[in-house]
Amino acid sequence: MDGRIHSIETFGTVDGPGVRYVVFVQGCPMRCLYCHNPDTWTTQGGTLQSPDSILEDYEKYRPFLKGGGLTVTGGEPLLQIDFLIELFEKAKKKKIHTCIDTSGITYNPSNHSYLEKLDRLMNVTDLVMLDIKHIDEEEHIWLTKHSNKHILEFARYLDQKNIPLWVRHVVVPTITYAHGYLYKLGLFLGTLSNLKALDVLAYHDMGITKYKELGIDYPLKDLPPLEKSEALRAKEYILQGILAQQEKQGHEQEKINN
Amino acid sequence: MREEWRDFVGGKWETEVDVRDFIQKNYTPYDGDDSFLADATEATKKLWEQVMELSKQEKEAGGVLDMDTKIVSTITSHGAGYLNKDLEKIVGFQTDKPFKRSMQPYGGIRMAEKACADNGYTIDPEVKEFFTIHRKTHNAGVFDVYTPEMRVARSNHIITGLPDAYGRGRIIGDYRRVALYGVDFLIMDKEAQKAFTPKVMEPTNIRNREELSEQIKALKELKKLAEIYGCDISKPASNCQEAIQALYFGYLAAVKEQNGAAMSLGRTSTFIDCYAQRDLENGTFTEEEIQEFIDHFVMKLRLVKFARTPEYNQLFAGDPTWVTESLAGIGIDGRHLVTKSSFRYLHTLYNLGTSPEPNMTVLWSTQLPQGFKRFCAKVSIETSSIQYENDDLMRVTHGDDYAIACCVSSMRVGKEMQFFGARANLAKCLLYAINGGVDEVTKVQVGPRYRPITSDVLNYDEVMERYIDMMEWLADLYVNTLNVIHYMHDKYSYERLQMALHDKEVKRYFATGIAGLSVVADSLSAIKYAKVSVIRDEDGVVVDYNIEGDFPKYGNNDDRVDEIAVEIVRKFMNMVRSHYTYRESIPTTSILTITSNVTYGKNTGSTPDGRKKGEPFAPGANPMHGRDTHGALASLSSVSKLPFTEAQDGISNTFSIIPGALGKEDRVFSGDIKLDLSQQKH
Repeated sequence: MDGRIHSIETFGTVDGPGVRYVVFVQGCPMRCLYCHNPDTWTTQGGTLQSPDSILEDYEKYRPFLKGGGLTVTGGEPLLQIDFLIELFEKAKKKKIHTCIDTSGITYNPSNHSYLEKLDRLMNVTDLVMLDIKHIDEEEHIWLTKHSNKHILEFARYLDQKNIPLWVRHVVVPTITYAHGYLYKLGLFLGTLSNLKALDVLAYHDMGITKYKELGIDYPLKDLPPLEKSEALRAKEYILQGILAQQEKQGHEQEKINN
Repeated sequence: MREEWRDFVGGKWETEVDVRDFIQKNYTPYDGDDSFLADATEATKKLWEQVMELSKQEKEAGGVLDMDTKIVSTITSHGAGYLNKDLEKIVGFQTDKPFKRSMQPYGGIRMAEKACADNGYTIDPEVKEFFTIHRKTHNAGVFDVYTPEMRVARSNHIITGLPDAYGRGRIIGDYRRVALYGVDFLIMDKEAQKAFTPKVMEPTNIRNREELSEQIKALKELKKLAEIYGCDISKPASNCQEAIQALYFGYLAAVKEQNGAAMSLGRTSTFIDCYAQRDLENGTFTEEEIQEFIDHFVMKLRLVKFARTPEYNQLFAGDPTWVTESLAGIGIDGRHLVTKSSFRYLHTLYNLGTSPEPNMTVLWSTQLPQGFKRFCAKVSIETSSIQYENDDLMRVTHGDDYAIACCVSSMRVGKEMQFFGARANLAKCLLYAINGGVDEVTKVQVGPRYRPITSDVLNYDEVMERYIDMMEWLADLYVNTLNVIHYMHDKYSYERLQMALHDKEVKRYFATGIAGLSVVADSLSAIKYAKVSVIRDEDGVVVDYNIEGDFPKYGNNDDRVDEIAVEIVRKFMNMVRSHYTYRESIPTTSILTITSNVTYGKNTGSTPDGRKKGEPFAPGANPMHGRDTHGALASLSSVSKLPFTEAQDGISNTFSIIPGALGKEDRVFSGDIKLDLSQQKH
């Protein structure tokens, strides 16, 4: 099955381990206020490309991708789960490290056929990068127009499946840059045993030009980018939450043991 | 063994000039990291502050602080000059004081005069008269011989940047020889070479004997230069400081005699390390002292200055001297050539701050030791001051003792040199093919009156056919123009000191170059895959193009257009090869306009790829700006298809990337939650 592709980046260095061949898919249901790729929102644009043609192109760069691999991001990759399954099954046959960068928004535990597909996809997925936009339900809805309930459930699903997980969190001044939220996010992450890395990203406004090109109003016009030092502090808050959670679980475990 | 060479492993290098043999037998590969490096000493900091202050004054003065208008620069023309004699561990300036530019009229008196005038100085009338009437210059010689066709091609910028009024540069003396052997040994060697020339006095032999005599004279003057500074370099250097000093005197003598477009240093760090390592082991010097010598040496290299005109600076985007130093690489025996001094050289970028000069060039190989690779990455991220070149590619041709002249021209040190040939503008040539040899900007008939394209929509086969004819004309004219230039340069501005630091039998490259490759590739691709119609002005000259539809663009790893680029390079190179080249030189070409692409673009009309009149070309072999849309690897893959064998003088790709896009900074993202958590606990 063909995928609807927004663009290809042959030298991805921030989307998973090593140097990666990054496929940006077209289409995303989220409307995050700070989204810096609004051109990937519509499910109509892009070009159709088959998994075979993508993997054929991947081969041209294989020597450079040693230690790296293939990352599908977007847009929202899981909107095109059939395409992903075919792509990753074929990629695994070629011993390519596979990674999905997702918001987790499409996860739906009550949809059986979807879960079946997801199970199949996870069999050939080496790493999931999950972008948690906001830990607070209401704030999440305000920020993305969607609830975070399924997203957090998706994280637990991955934990059960034992799929290595990197969590990404964009820290935005006045929106997520608050100790309470960050700590709470940490408390949640502390429950996940598959968490391998935490990637804290400082909000930037480099997406503005794209909004201009698309003729869309940029909702966070007056918001300044987050300072690097603030991103470091934000990470500390999250880590504190994780530690507190782990400690608590450790105590509970002790109690059970005693 | 000589006393100065104590503790070195002997060999062939003791009895004949063979620096490579010395290095191979005596260097210590270093596999570690950068933790041993020493910071700048107080003396270094003080001197550098003084340099910064002088730089500030120079800037405020409009770019030049002082110029010599009376004394013609020679190896021994000036007295000693210092920043602070008591603090300088390595000494020597081009004139009697730092920041004072020397006068070098042998390349051309008009250029020397203009360089003074444009900076508010007046050249001494006696000097002007002397070099106008009594002593002919390189520039005067060239213009005596140029044909009208050569002049018109030159003034219309189809061949540009020709070294016909300034020094050609791109010759690297093996300055290491001065340190290893001392000048007396080198003079003896040259005298023996002269003695063994044939007895029949035909022109080649006469020239060789005259040149050897000049070389010997230059070496004698080199000794005197050292004496001016109270040093004796007649004998081999006996320690690290002396070795650096002797090597630097060799280089200094070269830049006192030649205002070349690129005055590169060679491959000195691993050579110097043989001394540094010996001195460290013997306790002669400490790490701090060795770093200080290197810092002071590099400080001197940063202060090499030439008197140049604003036009020259515009062509080369600034005031570059191209003091290129080639570091690292892999030896043909499989050992890498990274030493502690490779680290020390790069460390000057911290001790003295970042700088484009000397042009630190890492000869990169996948086999370099991890510690050095890491250090390079760190230095690149923090200083943006390293140039990388593909050692795995060049080692095949040049072995393991070559160096880069200018930005990419590779040559074996002391054994090969090149005749720098600037560039032919292949994009403009394409426009000539369309307009029947009429220049699209000046409307002058520059090329031959071949039939112009008369249709409104461009046909690929028709354009290609005309283009090949026009390239044949250009290659012929270009090569012959260069023949004139290099004949005259040898005659009137011979690099006697630099050639004295070469073997007698030197392999000469005839280095042509091409500009506008990506413009040509995209233009031909547009003609082939989209619909390109022409827009003619009132004179019937095509001045612009209309493109309907999309077309593959060079820089996306798309063979449809990349192969056009490859074909153009092959064809042009073969055309160059088919011509006589001066002094049995071997024709090569380069695709490397790192800075002058802006000027070339300025003088070139609109092209069929959609580039508008006056817009810059892409630098070197780069894809046109913004047309490579598939990321760096796709872009680099397109460039890497260009065959090195057809462009042996080098293919450059200017790569800009925001450091953050090269990977996460380790402090914000380390990639390992366990590590993060353990650090958080503490």
